Amino acid sequence: MKIIISNASSEPIYQQIGKQIKAQIISGDLKEGEGLPSIRKLAKELQISVITTKRTYVELEKEGFIDVVAGKGTFVAIQNKELLKEKKMKSVEDLMSDTIMEAQKLGITFEELQEMLVLLYND
Amino acid sequence: MIKPKIHRQSYNKECMSTNTLEISNLSKSYGDFHLDNVSFSLPKGYIMGLIGPNGSGKTTIIKIIMNLIMKQSGDVKVFGMDHLANEVEVKKRIGFVYDTPNYYDHLSLKQFKNTIAPFYDQWDDAVFYDLVKRFKLPLEKKIKVFSKGMAMKSSIVIALSHHADFIVMDEPTSNLDPVVRRELLDFFRELIQDENKSILFSSHITTDLEQIADYITYINEGKLVFSKTKDEVFESYSLVKGGNELLDSDTKKSFVAVKSSAYGFEGLTKNVEATRKIFGAAVVYDKASLEDIMFYTNLETVKTVEDATTRY
Repeated sequence: MKIIISNASSEPIYQQIGKQIKAQIISGDLKEGEGLPSIRKLAKELQISVITTKRTYVELEKEGFIDVVAGKGTFVAIQNKELLKEKKMKSVEDLMSDTIMEAQKLGITFEELQEMLVLLYND
Repeated sequence: MIKPKIHRQSYNKECMSTNTLEISNLSKSYGDFHLDNVSFSLPKGYIMGLIGPNGSGKTTIIKIIMNLIMKQSGDVKVFGMDHLANEVEVKKRIGFVYDTPNYYDHLSLKQFKNTIAPFYDQWDDAVFYDLVKRFKLPLEKKIKVFSKGMAMKSSIVIALSHHADFIVMDEPTSNLDPVVRRELLDFFRELIQDENKSILFSSHITTDLEQIADYITYINEGKLVFSKTKDEVFESYSLVKGGNELLDSDTKKSFVAVKSSAYGFEGLTKNVEATRKIFGAAVVYDKASLEDIMFYTNLETVKTVEDATTRY
């Protein structure tokens, strides 16, 4: 598992970690059933507060990405195949929304954007 | 999809953990100084940093917890027990790092240990020697030749050799160089891997607390300014910078304090959301450090005192 935190970023640390863990679960870098560090171990390794790591795990658990099993530890949740596909689609959709917003800001038309997509996809 | 509820237990265990320390309505006066109705709690398994300017009351609070000075009113509970009614039992479980052992500095660390150990029935020589080895402390040299870093490490080793569950420290890193400080902070982080241990330490080195504290309690002029999780502090406070034309008697009210230069103002808000509603994107928002928070909070107090004195 790889986690890089930026203290300078305006995004709260618990969100940064959450995003990175989610991305690794979606991409399969973190496999279903794989064990995750305890909140205290993670806090120590990342040199942040236990309260922050706890918050991250609570959010991830709510969203169904991880399971906390009493007495055993924290694991990547078995991903429902459809749900996983949805999550993957959503993550690309989010990137697309960002790109579209940027294009609109810069005055790039939909046709120009489409052209770019075709070119880059076939690269 | 129905998920079994068993997993909730492990978080609930952490959430419902008892408080290692509970301070309620604590007050104490001496001369001009008044510790005024201070209340805060430290849940088990966490690190709390006590910050405040010199003379604000941090050391007074710690001394009261350890019963080195008498409180005037209020309650102090440690491990759920009244700290006076159960003084001996409480103290056996506290590792107190107050200052370097300079009144015994003609002794070697080993001799000093032999003086202290009999006071604790949980004294553990194996732990002591292990820590001494880890911190590379000399056992046979007189403590008076120790460097500041070594002397502080010695105090910490002694405090941790009787299976204490609550470590209380008054300015443990204040006289140490950055390398030793970092080493100690890493060590405290490791300590807290055991969720039964809690740490309270006062410091004016705010960067140390920014790194390691779970909770921050800020005392200014004897009063509690806040006691919150570190995350909450940084999420609610923010530095705000903008053009002077944006300031008027109304907008000023959203700040704890503001200062202006010829080129613009800089202020501290303790409610970023509210401030965003007023200024929107017309200003720059920057992360406030603990030092910024202390500086502006103190500025506000000074301003109030000045206003009060100019009325007469």
